[in-house]
Amino acid sequence: MSSVATGSAALPAASAGGRAGLAKSTVTVARRVLLRYRRTPQLIVLATVQMSLFFLIYRYMFGGAIQVAGMRYVDFLVPGFIATGVLFSGIGTATAMAEDLEQGFVDRLRSLPIPRSAVLAARALADTAIFTWSAAFTTAIAFAVGFRLHGTAAEGLAAFGLVVAFGFAFAWVFITLGLVAGTAQAAQGLGMIVFPFAFISSAYVPVESMPGWLQAFAEHQPLTAMVDAVRALTLGPDAETLLGHPTSYFVVRALAWTAAILAVAFPLAVARYRRG
Amino acid sequence: MAATIEARGVRKRYGGTAALDGLDLVAERGQVVAVLGPNGAGKTTFVRAVATLVRLDAGTLRVAGHDVAKEPDAVRRSIGLAGQFAAVEPAMTGRENLEMVATLFGHDRRAAKRAAAAVLDRLGLADAGDRLARTYSGGMRRRLDLGASLVGAPRLLLLDEPTAGLDPRSRIELWDAIRALVAQGTDVLLTTQYLDEADHLAGRIVIVDHGRAVAAGTPDELKRRIGGNVVELHVREARDLPPAAELLDRLRPGAVQIDAPTRRVSVRVDADGDGLLPVVRAVQEARIEIDDIALRRPDLDEVFLALTGQPAAQAA
Repeated sequence: MSSVATGSAALPAASAGGRAGLAKSTVTVARRVLLRYRRTPQLIVLATVQMSLFFLIYRYMFGGAIQVAGMRYVDFLVPGFIATGVLFSGIGTATAMAEDLEQGFVDRLRSLPIPRSAVLAARALADTAIFTWSAAFTTAIAFAVGFRLHGTAAEGLAAFGLVVAFGFAFAWVFITLGLVAGTAQAAQGLGMIVFPFAFISSAYVPVESMPGWLQAFAEHQPLTAMVDAVRALTLGPDAETLLGHPTSYFVVRALAWTAAILAVAFPLAVARYRRG
Repeated sequence: MAATIEARGVRKRYGGTAALDGLDLVAERGQVVAVLGPNGAGKTTFVRAVATLVRLDAGTLRVAGHDVAKEPDAVRRSIGLAGQFAAVEPAMTGRENLEMVATLFGHDRRAAKRAAAAVLDRLGLADAGDRLARTYSGGMRRRLDLGASLVGAPRLLLLDEPTAGLDPRSRIELWDAIRALVAQGTDVLLTTQYLDEADHLAGRIVIVDHGRAVAAGTPDELKRRIGGNVVELHVREARDLPPAAELLDRLRPGAVQIDAPTRRVSVRVDADGDGLLPVVRAVQEARIEIDDIALRRPDLDEVFLALTGQPAAQAA
């Protein structure tokens, strides 16, 4: 190992550099998250194939046993599966945030003269990008195994855009969970909270097929609103007949939920981060 | 010129326990100050408070003249923090890690590159600079972490147990790196549970226990403070430890320290006592085989014990 040099090359003074603003800090920190994915084969493989694998299991194992009136199960499943994917990818966000906290990375960033929200915004944006990648890959697989859009391509893109927006909003929820959990293990435990939201929803089976008390929850929770909006956009002109309301109704309801989640989770995450 | 750190009556409670309980500490410019204390003494909480990461319940804390609560951004511009874990990104190269922190310090791309290269050079990591940090040894990772705290050219470096968990060789390399920085005029506040570390690196030691400063001074002052000398026996066979301890117990009953792993027995004696001769005689009579016998000044371990009533490196 080389010895420690005592060379006196002057370091540029920090004050000469000015200040890293919100955008610059966010991009710099987000780049680290993305590089970590790109350079860690386990992570990138997991992000790429895990979601698709589970999708194929649903499509071919449960798909045969579930009947949905008026449509093929694959067309019912894909919007639900992709939209609820934001929750499962969120567990990764919570875990990574807690890990950064646990391993002192957050302390280092918080001791730097950068805006407090930059670190969280970086995490939210980078994780949304990673989720977008997983969702796009799974969507491609979905098309390969029989999923079809019944509306226009623009509606299909809008559906995908909605899913990305859900991902961004939920990222703040999971960042808060990660900050509260404090350790990666605890964050994973807290992540279990996603199961009732993912499964007691309109994602995998029609809500009408559930017992009444479950229907009450399923009907009124945000995931159902989001799944319904994505599904309506993929069904084209049949949406109103099959789902009971016009597509715009579902889209507005989903966007309202998205805005509400952001409005609550963003300040919570920042407050928790500031507290130290 | 304002003191580097000025803490007055600093308090912080977590739940029912006081991590900082009215701590006073002043670090003048040009000083390396070691905060020494057992686990749970409040060392880490204090460093995090200086780094603006803790909201204090009471007291004032100024860093380079800036109040940590009122002007946290000015404080953050003056400090570089290396915490207890090497907070470097394993999936980035050493150079990328440093450039990231330099960029966050406000450097443009060119200045960040230059600062990163200078720091790699200074810490002996120039050859490893383009390797991913996950291929680094523990010691190299720590040095990179030190580099990250340094790349913004801060006035004050905060090092929280910088060598915890390192093997002896990496530890000495890190000490060298810290000494080189100090020689170039960076002020340092470091915490440690290792007395030899404080003794080696710091010009001033503040002993902290239960969230309060119980003693402060240069290493020599602290050693003088408890006065007297130490008689130490290093026995050849572990079975001779009890009889050797019995022997020394006669010099000062109840004060004998036994360090079984190194087969050493020691006791503090008055400076004007009888010296070693009677001990040597008694050892001969008891037919105890010894490797070494010494009359010496107390080391900081013994100072710590005398001041706080508990050994320094004891895990809480």
